[in-house]
Amino acid sequence: MIFELIPTTLRMSTPLGFAALGGIYSERSGIINLALEGMMLIGAFGYVVGTQTSGSTWIGLLVGTSFGLAMALLHAIATVTFQAEQVVTGIGINILALGITEYLSPPPKQVDGLPHWELPLIGSYSFMVYLLPILMVASHTFLFKTPWGLRLRAAGESTEALAALSLSRTKWQYLGILLSGLFTGIGGCFLASEVHYFTKGMTAGRGYLALAAVIFGNWRPLSGVSACFLFGFATALELANRWNIPGQLLHSLPYILTMVVLVGFVGTSRPPASLGKMKS
Amino acid sequence: MNIRKLFVSLVRDETSQSRKFFLSCIPPLLAIFGFFLLCGIVVYLREQDALEFYRIILLSGFASLDDFGYVLFNATPLIFTGLAVAIGYKSGLFNIGCEGQLYVAAFAAAWMGMHLNLPVPLLVPLCIGSAMIAGAGWGAIPGFLKARYGAHEVINTIMMNFIAFALMNYLVTSVYQEQGQMIPQTPQIHEAAQIPRLASLIPILPQSNPLNVSFLIACACVVFCYIFLTYTRWGYELRLVGNARDVASYGGINPRAVTVWVMALSGAIAGLAGVAEVMGYRYRFLDSFSSGWGFTGIAVALLGRNNPFGILAAAILFGLLNKVALDIDILLGIPRGLFFAGQGMLIIWLVCIEGISRKKNDI
Repeated sequence: MIFELIPTTLRMSTPLGFAALGGIYSERSGIINLALEGMMLIGAFGYVVGTQTSGSTWIGLLVGTSFGLAMALLHAIATVTFQAEQVVTGIGINILALGITEYLSPPPKQVDGLPHWELPLIGSYSFMVYLLPILMVASHTFLFKTPWGLRLRAAGESTEALAALSLSRTKWQYLGILLSGLFTGIGGCFLASEVHYFTKGMTAGRGYLALAAVIFGNWRPLSGVSACFLFGFATALELANRWNIPGQLLHSLPYILTMVVLVGFVGTSRPPASLGKMKS
Repeated sequence: MNIRKLFVSLVRDETSQSRKFFLSCIPPLLAIFGFFLLCGIVVYLREQDALEFYRIILLSGFASLDDFGYVLFNATPLIFTGLAVAIGYKSGLFNIGCEGQLYVAAFAAAWMGMHLNLPVPLLVPLCIGSAMIAGAGWGAIPGFLKARYGAHEVINTIMMNFIAFALMNYLVTSVYQEQGQMIPQTPQIHEAAQIPRLASLIPILPQSNPLNVSFLIACACVVFCYIFLTYTRWGYELRLVGNARDVASYGGINPRAVTVWVMALSGAIAGLAGVAEVMGYRYRFLDSFSSGWGFTGIAVALLGRNNPFGILAAAILFGLLNKVALDIDILLGIPRGLFFAGQGMLIIWLVCIEGISRKKNDI
């Protein structure tokens, strides 16, 4: 029974996982990123447009990812250079992405998905599904085992430490946000490549769900992506709809769990110390 | 005050109130100007007549009383959500949860309106009151979690939004759906719970115009918020906690208690947007009726610089933009997305300008 749900779980949690990794980079560098939703949406849009115009899914992936990066750059310029309110900027970007994709909405023509790889025992999935665990481990290694990761985290934890080493907080925050756009854009590409279409507002709150996973996973790549698998499993249960549980309850389970975790009933949730704080 | 004196105070007198007010108006006006300029450029790039575009913008909202009625109708929920966001913001809280609060409140109003059959003077206040309580409750939960456990209200209000969407979807599809209907909506509320349309009071307004008394409630709410924030003790406490939390503590104000009641008040006001929809327009609860009013409220509050009267003006502007977006779509075939994109840009510009001015003040 549970095994039947694995394919759906993997398909549902992979875009979340990419976005959550993105969210972790940004938030670890001290920038609240509510723009995940918009970055993911524009990534999906870019994938479909890129694939439609060039005929190649790889170009689509490239376009989608760079659209995600462009949104991230906008977020970085606003929040880091102009010290704009991060929460509001994020929401502005989400509205902007929704508007752009609606305005330029691509023709409803089916596009090819990214290549699927057949693996013994596991089955046939998009190669992105296999990429996610690799990137998850790589992100963990980067953030917690390398000096660069340490600096990126220092941008979000202690500005003084960076200043003492005469390193620029601005640079590391830009890096964090851009990585966020890169990963989230890829997540959006995956979403569109599995659905084969672009529809208006197709992310449907997945960006916010990924943000919930970031918090649920205590701002760590391994637990953040694991949270995405849990959330994806909840969605798979909801879609399978074989028990008499209202689907809406399963749907809101991730949100309720995140609130419980945030309040500190389960374990300790500790955001980066200067998350959301402006310079000065 | 004579013109000369006003001019001198605007240009020279650094401490004058009118100068401060004048300067604070510049960024929003610039942003609006930039918005229309950008839209015009996009229209020009589409090889369509940009002048025709501007003509439609000007005519769309003001050609007749009917048109202006639609503008005010569009503005009504945004006035409420804008005020709700601003009240939170003044005390240093981000209420991103207006969307969820207005849904819960709308459902409460619809439920009361469906189940109780009472005379108008009893039923209308009862419906509005229960909607406000529902909205306040939905807002107070993140407020309490912030005050008691230090959990960030931004995340919790977002989570509460999604929980509200799911809950409403469940109620309206599984429990209270209108019999024999495919549309996820509740049955109609009793006539006694319906807020009259202004067209029935003002004869020159066409009967089809949806503008209703909830707009007048919104205006009253603007005045209430202004007086509340400026002249009452609670308003003072709220602003003090927002500007100088430590000072507030020293002064004997409990910032935690303020956090909870501010979020409740903000939720109650956001809830009135749901009331306007259910009691003033549709007379039933329709699933996902709001087109992001809670989020647009953030833009409205920003543009109105968190001043209740500024918010009224900003909400009317956004009401106009929504009407224009529809007209442009019909008349010129330009998708409405252009205006959403512009709205997003507007928000980003405004926060950037605010950020720059904050930076300047720090140095």
